[in-house]
Amino acid sequence: MSQPENKKGQVETTGHVWDGDLREYNNPLPRWWLWAFYMTIVFAVVYWILYPAWPYGDSYTKGINTVEYTVENEQGEEVTVSEAWNTRALFTRDMQSSPSALAQEEWVGKVKDMSFEEIEQDPDTLQFAMSMGNYTFGDFCAACHGSGGQGKIGQYPNLADNAWLYGNSYETIVNKISHGIQGMMPAQNVADDQIDDLAKYVLSLSGQAEISGEAASRGKQAFASCAGCHGAEGKGNEAMGAPNLADAIWGVADVPGCGDDTACKLDQIKHVVNNGIQRQMPAFGDRLSETQARMLAIYVRQMGGN
Amino acid sequence: MKHESIEINSGLLIVLTLAVISIGGLVEIVPLFHIKDTVEDVGGVRPYTPLELRGRDIYVSEGCYACHSQMIRPFRDEMLRYGHYSLAAESQYDHPFQWGSKRTGPDLARVGGKYSNEWQTQHLADPQSLVPESIMPSYSWLLDTKLDYSQIEDRMVALKRTGVPYSQSQEEYDANVEKFGKAVADELHVSNAKQSLEAQAAAEDWDGKPDQITEMDALVAYLQMLGTMVDFSKYEDGHFNQFR
Repeated sequence: MSQPENKKGQVETTGHVWDGDLREYNNPLPRWWLWAFYMTIVFAVVYWILYPAWPYGDSYTKGINTVEYTVENEQGEEVTVSEAWNTRALFTRDMQSSPSALAQEEWVGKVKDMSFEEIEQDPDTLQFAMSMGNYTFGDFCAACHGSGGQGKIGQYPNLADNAWLYGNSYETIVNKISHGIQGMMPAQNVADDQIDDLAKYVLSLSGQAEISGEAASRGKQAFASCAGCHGAEGKGNEAMGAPNLADAIWGVADVPGCGDDTACKLDQIKHVVNNGIQRQMPAFGDRLSETQARMLAIYVRQMGGN
Repeated sequence: MKHESIEINSGLLIVLTLAVISIGGLVEIVPLFHIKDTVEDVGGVRPYTPLELRGRDIYVSEGCYACHSQMIRPFRDEMLRYGHYSLAAESQYDHPFQWGSKRTGPDLARVGGKYSNEWQTQHLADPQSLVPESIMPSYSWLLDTKLDYSQIEDRMVALKRTGVPYSQSQEEYDANVEKFGKAVADELHVSNAKQSLEAQAAAEDWDGKPDQITEMDALVAYLQMLGTMVDFSKYEDGHFNQFR
């Protein structure tokens, strides 16, 4: 390859000649570009020295950069491990000692040491517990109970209304989260000539139907077998999770979905009476720590009316 | 050799270009076959049972991977939301793997056991009935479509050719008994496939329709298994770092 010509007034060419007279202009790369290119080469060499890079045999160069984290040795002592740089070691270090992990640990520690009453009195801790509870709820509870706790009539209880099947003490909520719930109402064997009066009686408990005279007494008589759980006046029983039938809140029979159609409301109630209901909430004790469950309880409790 | 002779000889140019660019590929790919620590040594990971395998096929054919990844990366925020980061060992029997690269929906690498069978079935049939703000489409036909498992043996044999230890001979079966235990080895025996698929479908009421085996049964069985094979409580902090 001959040297490019560089005469004054003439455009520099690469010196290549094709077909006797075809020449190629020589447009050298801009200086800044060339230097940037050289810098990337230098960067690569530095990278090879610091980080894992070149494979050889059944291993690879690990680089001289290290990551430190602590592990528990066989004697139960905490020892610091220094390891060649890798993303998993970085992750272990982040989980142990990144600023956000430490900050979270500090606040979680506060929640752990305080009673629910103390947390309620301390706005900062309360705010932390609420936001952790919010995130935990979104990840573990919202799939069934809905992101706003609205639930689904007939399947998953509404957590945002005033009704608390098992009461709303913090301790109860933590207990239910950790151990799960087996909710069960057995199917009732009600005679055909009683079921209409019973359904109407149940609807009248919350003032949504009028019932009087003989029908009322027949309904009340049929309700006797319900009273064992729901109470003589249908006010429910929190120890058993039997809902209050005397309020206008419905969790299983989709009475609100009927609008003003009384026949539809009665059918909904009859359906529940005849078929019973079985609902299970899984236990989250294995997935959530006690403190996580407590923060979740704080969040869940404020969703509904107290 | 003069540079000009390469430039004017296109055949030579092609050959030399291929040689140069294949170096990059070779340097990245070949070591993976030789570096011993690529796949972690971890207990519990087994090939999929016939029912899970059909569920996985449905996962692929319905394109679930287009919106859901199965790859929890080793970052603190991912750990807090999804659980332990995914191990290479956990997808060693995946052909092809379902890591995915897009999370329109959440990662599913550890979705197994997080929700009930009933929830999974209803959510697949009508996602908005449970999560009103979800944009996931309905897959309600899975409930009505009878699962076709007539070729389950062929599917297992095809995977066996890629290295998944499904067993056909007595020796292979014995090796599986040693490696995975008898209960699992029975599930992995090709000639048992139909029986074990039916048994697993009957053992748990995956889709709420005990009288027939639907595609929903298979998919829910697959989802409920995801990410549950390794018991991470057995391993200490930093244990898996040695495999990097």
